[in-house]
Amino acid sequence: MGCTKQRVIQAGDIADAMETLCISACCNLPKENLKRIEAFAAAEESEVGRQVLEMILENHRLAAREQRPACQDTGLAVVFLELGQDVRIEGRDLVEAINEGVRRGYEKGYLRKSVVSEPLFERKNTRDNTPAIIHTSIVAGDKLKITLAPKGGGAENMSGVAMMIPAAGVEGVRKFVIEQVRKAGPNPCPPVVVGVGVGGNFEVAPLLAKKALVRPMGSKNPNPAYAALEDELLEAINKLGIGPQGLGGSTTALAVHIEYAPCHIASLPVAVNLNCHVSPHQSITL
Amino acid sequence: MAKHITTPLSDETIASLKAGDQVLLTGVVYTARDAAHKRLIALIKEGKELPIDLQGQVIYYVGPAPAKPGDPIGSAGPTTSMRMDPYAPTLMEHGMKGMIGKGMRSKEVRDAMVRHRSVYFAAVGGAAALVAKRIKSAEVVAYDDLGPEAIRKLYVEDLPLFVIDDIHGDDLYEQGVAKYRKA
Repeated sequence: MGCTKQRVIQAGDIADAMETLCISACCNLPKENLKRIEAFAAAEESEVGRQVLEMILENHRLAAREQRPACQDTGLAVVFLELGQDVRIEGRDLVEAINEGVRRGYEKGYLRKSVVSEPLFERKNTRDNTPAIIHTSIVAGDKLKITLAPKGGGAENMSGVAMMIPAAGVEGVRKFVIEQVRKAGPNPCPPVVVGVGVGGNFEVAPLLAKKALVRPMGSKNPNPAYAALEDELLEAINKLGIGPQGLGGSTTALAVHIEYAPCHIASLPVAVNLNCHVSPHQSITL
Repeated sequence: MAKHITTPLSDETIASLKAGDQVLLTGVVYTARDAAHKRLIALIKEGKELPIDLQGQVIYYVGPAPAKPGDPIGSAGPTTSMRMDPYAPTLMEHGMKGMIGKGMRSKEVRDAMVRHRSVYFAAVGGAAALVAKRIKSAEVVAYDDLGPEAIRKLYVEDLPLFVIDDIHGDDLYEQGVAKYRKA
């Protein structure tokens, strides 16, 4: 039996990384997002649609140049942690370190605080955008990868989950995804990114859909059958006519990303998580 | 070509607007979203005075990001309007003439727009840094405790908007989809 050496990561470094991520993710959108919007703008059939896509591109460049959030809705701080099992965190509690970074980042970056502490009765703003929503996976190795995907409310509200039966099959999934985007119409700030989670169970499918949204925009699922379904769905969605901002056109979605997981013999859970054209996310590995 | 219009909206201006028009709006607009609407409606139900005079006014559904030093406001794009649907007809009864947001309105709201001769505009969602450049001043006039949801009085210059719903009951979202739908 070998004894694996533990690597120490200071909680303070995690908080610092979170602070940086909050500001940077909201102001500096991934390059592939802009390239993707440019490509769709060139092919957009509607003149107004093209005009809207040009405005969006101008906005995203302005945000990076002046370090302003591209969208005022700087969202809930959704954090994916991939924590190497050979890491030991020193200093203080991991969750508190993440929230400390969110608190500082949202303050220093002039980002909007959009969290209420209790959903139904008081709905009082916590004023510092905490708590973050944290999903942790324990993985091999001695690193900590932090991915932040600030998630706005508009697109999130247009998301949905269906517990289908296996007989519904590919056709059932296809119909559900397309119908979800059609029903959402102009609300989620199209052109959207469509995150689809297939399999798992009632709580895993939506998490897969959310993870699908942090893939580089336009990347393909490594499984060719799923990659083909992504292409097919994107084509079908862009025939809906919704277009940029719902004003009509051929660019309703910029990408469809599907993630899947094993599931029960009786089940076919499907979740659709929509993201707007801003679709911010960024990672740091410590 | 975009039409230049100013607030408060005159009956003549409102009558001239058609779904699909592009406009550049100049003048005062008030911000309000979910929490502020809830409070305004509660005051109306209690027969109390509102903190703002709604006559002829335009409400912009936005919760802006905080202003950087030297700026009047932070990024300030529209939020999804349908969340304000339960409140909008009552505000129209009390004089509101225009709404700025993004996304579909309910049938009840569209009917109320025809009845009260009000219009619904969309700003470009997610183009929030760009929109903020057209906002020249901002001050909180009510509900400071709501943070981003406080009611702000904004002065905007040439704010680029699309007319979505006009007083004739026409809707740009329906027209757009009908024109470009292929399946």
